[in-house]
Amino acid sequence: MPVAVAIVFLLITVGSVVFHFWSPWWWPEVASNWGGMDDTIILTFWMTGFVFVVICLFISYCVWKFAYKKDKRAEYKPEDKKLEFRLTWITTLGVAALLAPGLVVWNNYVTVPDNAYKMEVFAYQWGWKYRLPGDDGILGKTDIKYISDENPFGLILEDPNGRDDRLVDGDELHLLIDRPVKFELRTIDVLHNFYVPQFRGKMDMVPGIITYYWITPTKTGDFEVLCAEYCGSGHYAMRGRVIVDKEQDYKKWEAKQITFEKMLAQNKNVKNLQLAKSTK
Amino acid sequence: MSDEYEHKLEAKSDYTTDASTVGASDIDSVPEAEVADQELYHSHSWWTTYVFSQDAKYIGVQYALTAIGTGLLGLVLSWLMRIQLAFPGLGWLEPAAYYQFVTMHGMIMVIYLLTALFLGGFGNLLIPLMCGSRDMAFPYVNMLSYWAFVVAVLVLLASFFVPGGPTGAGWTLYPPQAITAGTPGSDWGIILMLVSLILFVAGFTMGGLNYIITVLQLRARGMTLMRMPLTIWGIFTATVLALLAFPALLVGCLMMTLDSMLGTSFFMPAMVSLGEKLSYDGGSPILFQHLFWFFGHPEVYIVALPAFGIVSDLLSVHARKNIFGYRMMVWAIVGIGALSFFVWAHHMYVSGMNPWFGFFFATTTLIIAVPTAIKVYNWIITLWRGNIQLSLPMLFSLAFIVTFLNGGLTGLFLGNVTVDVPLSDTYFVVAHFHMVMGIAPILVVFGAIYHWYPLITGRMLNETLGKIHFWITFVGSYAIYFPMHYQGFVGVPRRYFEIYESPYIETSTLLLNQFITIAALIVGAAQLLFLYNIIVSARLGKKSEKNPWKACSLEWQTPQMPPEHGNWGKETPKVYRWAYDFSVPGAKEDYIPQNVPPSEVTGAKVEKT
Repeated sequence: MPVAVAIVFLLITVGSVVFHFWSPWWWPEVASNWGGMDDTIILTFWMTGFVFVVICLFISYCVWKFAYKKDKRAEYKPEDKKLEFRLTWITTLGVAALLAPGLVVWNNYVTVPDNAYKMEVFAYQWGWKYRLPGDDGILGKTDIKYISDENPFGLILEDPNGRDDRLVDGDELHLLIDRPVKFELRTIDVLHNFYVPQFRGKMDMVPGIITYYWITPTKTGDFEVLCAEYCGSGHYAMRGRVIVDKEQDYKKWEAKQITFEKMLAQNKNVKNLQLAKSTK
Repeated sequence: MSDEYEHKLEAKSDYTTDASTVGASDIDSVPEAEVADQELYHSHSWWTTYVFSQDAKYIGVQYALTAIGTGLLGLVLSWLMRIQLAFPGLGWLEPAAYYQFVTMHGMIMVIYLLTALFLGGFGNLLIPLMCGSRDMAFPYVNMLSYWAFVVAVLVLLASFFVPGGPTGAGWTLYPPQAITAGTPGSDWGIILMLVSLILFVAGFTMGGLNYIITVLQLRARGMTLMRMPLTIWGIFTATVLALLAFPALLVGCLMMTLDSMLGTSFFMPAMVSLGEKLSYDGGSPILFQHLFWFFGHPEVYIVALPAFGIVSDLLSVHARKNIFGYRMMVWAIVGIGALSFFVWAHHMYVSGMNPWFGFFFATTTLIIAVPTAIKVYNWIITLWRGNIQLSLPMLFSLAFIVTFLNGGLTGLFLGNVTVDVPLSDTYFVVAHFHMVMGIAPILVVFGAIYHWYPLITGRMLNETLGKIHFWITFVGSYAIYFPMHYQGFVGVPRRYFEIYESPYIETSTLLLNQFITIAALIVGAAQLLFLYNIIVSARLGKKSEKNPWKACSLEWQTPQMPPEHGNWGKETPKVYRWAYDFSVPGAKEDYIPQNVPPSEVTGAKVEKT
């Protein structure tokens, strides 16, 4: 019996390691500058994996070696100060070795470079829209009070910076490769989270405040956006697309996006038209 | 404080060194009782004996049965969720129902099963017995505590029958969605959930004060704090945490109830919900998250610390060896408890709180790994050169170490703020917390039930059924949660009603989901064996001898087994040693119970405790 139990514990340990190395389920290749997050995970894997294997092997060994015998007595040794002291310090050092590189990467993550292209990700139940800053490079101010059918982003009409903002009214966003981008995250209803698995970055969107994170896309391609913070019954269906383009394609796409000013003018035309129709 | 303890030790432990020169009466001396023996309430009717009982042992069993009953519902809900994830084509569930089941499963398992079972169940059963007291300090309040819990459970269950059904807000109940139209049960369901939690906290406070005061005031003569079994240390510290943490949950629930019913804006900013402008303005959703996790993180340890304590005792008894580094274990429990109040925002790294908090909370979180690791070391060193009996409690304890180790180590991933960014809100998190605060404590619960069942019923549980139950539960649940971490690496978000074959998923996760679901169904079904064992063995189980495991702690030393009302007959016990004098060199037996005076074991070379 003790041998069998020891073997099962051993198999679980070996099985875990084998699964880790041969599992086909692994992360999709990183497509942003956050490869450092992957590196920290790998480092953590090696250190924690080592501890896991050593302790599990120790348990298997003890189960086999110190199995119960009627006439045997266990060792009587309540404490071992030296051993406890050593283990405490080794653990502390190990933990510090994990933490330090993690904090360095985090520092990069929360420090947005000055040259980052600032744009807005706009979330609602249940979908995505985007707003680009226009030629002045500045996003116009918004207020939830202004949201209406004519002004879906709630831009403040008096703010001149908002006039040339380009509104992407659809769930497909294009990004320019190798240009750092700061996502200014905004939601008008509940919590959401703008998540593209290949970019690694994540941050909740909170109504009432603008949150942010930044990335630099490093690979062209077509990526899926998922909402990563529970937001009600439609959470699982809150998806979108991000396409990372080279300069030419990006410019083409950008030019097609309507500015706020144009949109207002269109709305006016439509209204006038309707007015004209109704007075006829 | 430790110095003071050393000092007291010196003063009291002269007798252990040289028994022959001192008279038996001297070496056996124990300080006089400081308070008179407890006056107990004696029940007179069937109702006051079997329903509104004031006997802590009985209340403990009531608590445990109610908690396990509720937990079975949680188990069935998890089956339904798993079937949806593995076989989305069956179309058994609507998204709304799926989210309602996710929510109820989470809340039931964390609060109504684990918290109630460890503190209400094991706390009531073991505190008076292990401390050598006759009952809790306030038996009447203790009874109220249980009945408040029953009402809380009934209110929770009632939410299945109200218009709109139970809340589907996720067990974290984050506003604004918890009380706005896009979430199922956002009218009635959420209110009943909040009211139920408020009742639970009220009930728990009555019980919790009892546990603390009983431990501090009603211990038997000679039972110093540093002689208490680690089970009691774990339950005691967890209760202190609970009394400090639950108020945060309570105010959070009250404020959200007001937001929902009276239109206040504690947590609600101006917003447009499904095209409609709401009248809220100026509230902060993140404030709720702080309140919730200020409760929620200590809650993890409210469940874990009793499990730590109990497993320490099980390992020691069944390895016939003292727990290694007892004092370090006590300070680790207390230290983890204290630190647990400084780590809560590691649940909120990507919540939108000021990102600079990340540095502080990552550091505190990784610091807490140190005392936790020490506990793991001490458990396995306890096995070293032990005399290990592979009884059911020992098997479950070993399984606990493996699962807890696994879950604890993945905690180092998530606690390290950078690593958390890609992994948060994915299945990695789901796998981590199920391993560390689901499976690991539940394995301890099983070990503890196999261990203490004879104390409650006077009969043993069936060993063969128990072994089948053990292997399916341990290997099966490991097979559920170990691979699940890898879905997290793939980037599968949690709380998805279905995950289609998305372009970013390179290897289909559906197959893995099906494997996990089948394992979950098997593990769940194996619990029926356990229930059968518990029910049938109460009548037909092998009669247990007194102290069947040859344990040292006091609960096994009562004059009758199972212990009667008042526990100790005429006189409460005197305590001469800690609860871990196993395999003492020179002693006749391989254990010396706590209440055996030194004069009866003069040859034993006991270290001072």
